[in-house]
Amino acid sequence: MSSIDYSEKIPNNVNLSEDRTLQRALEQWQPNYLQWWGDMGPEGSQNFDVYLRTAISVDPQGWAQFGHVKMPDYRWGIFLNPAEKDRKIHFGDHLGEAAWQDVPGEHRANLRRIIVTQGDTEPASVEQQRHLGLTCPSQYDLRNLFQVNVEEGRHLWAMVYLLHKYFGRDGREEGEALLERRSGNADNPRILQAFNEKTPDWLSFFMFTYFTDRDGKFQLCALAESSFDPLARTTKFMLTEEAHHMFVGESGVSRVIQRSCAAMNELKTDDPAKLRAAGVIDLPTIQRYLNFHFSVTIDLFGADQSSNAAIFYSSGLKGRFEEGRRADDHVLKGQHYKVLEVQGGQFVERDVPMLNALNEVLRDDYIKDSVGGVERWNKVIEKAGIPFRLKVPHKAFHRNIGALAGVKVSPDGRVVHDHEWNQNVEHWLPTDEDRAFVASLMGRVVEPGKFANWIAPPMMGINRQPVNFDYVRFN
Amino acid sequence: MDMASTVEGGAVIKQHLIDPEICIRCNTCESVCPVKAITHDSNNYVVDAEICNLCMACISPCPTGSIDNWRTMPRVRAYSLEEQLGWESLPDELSPEQLAEAGVAPGAQPDAAPEAPSLPAAVSGDAVFNSAEYGASIPPWSAAHAYTNLYGPKAAQKTVTATVAGNVRVTEVGKDYDTHHIVLDFGTMPFPVLEGQSIGVVPPGVDANGRAHHPRQYSIASPRNGERAGYNNLSLTIKRVLEDHQGNPVRGVASNYMCDLKVGDELQVIGPFGASFLMPNHPKSHIVMICTGTGSAPMRAMTEWRRRLRNSGKFEGGKLMLFFGARTKEELPYFGPLQSLPKDFIDISFAFSRTPNQPKRYVQDTMRERAADLAVLLADPNAFVYVCGLKAMEEGVVLALKDIAQGAGLQWDTVGGALKREGRLHLETY
Repeated sequence: MSSIDYSEKIPNNVNLSEDRTLQRALEQWQPNYLQWWGDMGPEGSQNFDVYLRTAISVDPQGWAQFGHVKMPDYRWGIFLNPAEKDRKIHFGDHLGEAAWQDVPGEHRANLRRIIVTQGDTEPASVEQQRHLGLTCPSQYDLRNLFQVNVEEGRHLWAMVYLLHKYFGRDGREEGEALLERRSGNADNPRILQAFNEKTPDWLSFFMFTYFTDRDGKFQLCALAESSFDPLARTTKFMLTEEAHHMFVGESGVSRVIQRSCAAMNELKTDDPAKLRAAGVIDLPTIQRYLNFHFSVTIDLFGADQSSNAAIFYSSGLKGRFEEGRRADDHVLKGQHYKVLEVQGGQFVERDVPMLNALNEVLRDDYIKDSVGGVERWNKVIEKAGIPFRLKVPHKAFHRNIGALAGVKVSPDGRVVHDHEWNQNVEHWLPTDEDRAFVASLMGRVVEPGKFANWIAPPMMGINRQPVNFDYVRFN
Repeated sequence: MDMASTVEGGAVIKQHLIDPEICIRCNTCESVCPVKAITHDSNNYVVDAEICNLCMACISPCPTGSIDNWRTMPRVRAYSLEEQLGWESLPDELSPEQLAEAGVAPGAQPDAAPEAPSLPAAVSGDAVFNSAEYGASIPPWSAAHAYTNLYGPKAAQKTVTATVAGNVRVTEVGKDYDTHHIVLDFGTMPFPVLEGQSIGVVPPGVDANGRAHHPRQYSIASPRNGERAGYNNLSLTIKRVLEDHQGNPVRGVASNYMCDLKVGDELQVIGPFGASFLMPNHPKSHIVMICTGTGSAPMRAMTEWRRRLRNSGKFEGGKLMLFFGARTKEELPYFGPLQSLPKDFIDISFAFSRTPNQPKRYVQDTMRERAADLAVLLADPNAFVYVCGLKAMEEGVVLALKDIAQGAGLQWDTVGGALKREGRLHLETY
């Protein structure tokens, strides 16, 4: 197993020192990255010692090393999963040929676009979350936030490495642009809309890490199948880190629910006003947050029919989720897939060529995976003996991309008129009042082992440490 | 030290399971498992007990900790994949009665047990703390050469006969503890030993399954030139085992055999064992001794050797510090003789965890109180630290050393690394 060279300025397991041009390019990019981290990274936290996981190699023993480090000193580096000998392309028109170790000229523009789009989400989420440390519900949660942040930073490194190594001058310019765009900036926004939204409170953060980072997982899974071997190896390693982000989201929402249910049982009420007065988040509000984050996130998969998606697949750039586990011909020509549309106020399913519907295929896989976690949240509610179920909204609800964009559909999947939509939207999506209430709960709790009133403590600490461990030292 | 018994070997396993209430189904474990023991369906991620080899490669990559669950199970009743896939929560451990019903002998141990993953040296010294990582496997530079395995299964002569030359009780009379000081004489047979080494005793007779008993290992409590200087004898400190670690009544086979021996009885011995838990011999070398209960045996041996050297007037000894813990004063072996050692010879701190109407005090508490003195010794390359006693104390003691070093502005990475590398920290716990 290759190990990471810490004697170098940039830790890596890609023999960076043997490629002087690339090394110099990255060494020039590194101070700009650190400048960006200083400007746009977690606010007011640069001097904290944080109990972080750092990768020191990509094998199971090496990639989860824990210790207190200051975030600007985090060893961001370049780690690829080990190469698979004689790896073959396993889908698309090039099925059976050797995987590419370099970028074929005809796919250069598309690959660059894929990598830049993925790379852009990484710093974007750090920017979206930069103020959350000021309102953390516990040291444990603060540490988890920072872990997510530094790993998003590392994912940016992973993408910038590919741009510098394989895309020459264009790649270097894209690398700079990734540091120049800003989440939510009107003049120079991040590429995808979900990454220009605010993450104003911790409930949003947990929903974001559950739903939106899961989109990241599915995109990374699809790219981990890529015929461009360096991209496949990079994204495979990123997936191991991404798992933590979804854990933060799933367990975070679960703990909010657990606390709310406990309060409902203590006060013997399901009246949102009484629960809010008791300082916990009522379940209908959690449902509205869920509706919002779910619908915004499924837009990220793109248009339901897309010739780009077909090209990406057939040319071998981007596979399907778990491509290797599927038992079809992995070429998909002549096959069809049902996509949903609204015609004359009714849903209709239309058969379209499978290749053009691959965004929809990935979206449907994502929806299946998301529902699993929501069911686990329901078990928490069930365990508390409360007759309430959270539900992911219908996939046509509140969509802004694809054939369903702008169609008014209720969360339970009825096409509705503008009138009904306007009357009910406050029950379906978080209102300004909901957001103001959730924001009002966001006070900073940092005493070890203490938790804000609106969230239950976790079942266990990080890396076998106790829950009241000093995960962050404030200095 | 009793060896783990393998009664009904293979009948019982530690089954590796994933907690479905904590798992987020992220697939990390399945992707890193080197033997493909982990699989999933739309409900759960599960581990195949037939394939899992307890390699622990999945433990630290798991973002949730749900992966780190273990159940003692009769091998034939191990939870199948189908059962696990249907779970909504983990089942409880089987009770001793349920295990017995399934034909598992009480106290039966699995052939293989999961170990805490040993993480490589910390990035900043705060990785999960693994005290054993700091224990040296080499002796101090001035240690005398130790003879090992002169008698044993692989030696030319399997056992050597020793004669009991003395057997006295060294604790106050009490009903739930009984510790003996036993002197063995080897007559004309060679049995050269050093302080810190141990020997094995083979209890006569056979176990419940008709097999010969395993040898039990005991630390030597006397110095190299004999319990009685100039004689071919040595002493042992043995506590009569009347209950197991969980407090269930069990009569320890070997300890009861030993404590009941009469002067003149003969017994079969193997050894000597141990080539690293050895004392330094250079002038002005300091020794820090931390022990509980019968873990005092090697400390008594080292102290006595230093005392004899001092009395000879020809050896300039360094400091001796002893931290000695027991449940009560009455249970402490050699309490009387220890009290009469001169204060300028040895600096003793006692810790009693069960003195009525007193707060519990453990050895690590007394160590922290003496942080100022210990910090100086930790930084001194001529100081050597020995820890002997129950396993449960080890982590607390090494953590106390770490905190004391850090409290004095020392880097634990540096100090801890040097302790191990230079043979300066020795851990013997059971």
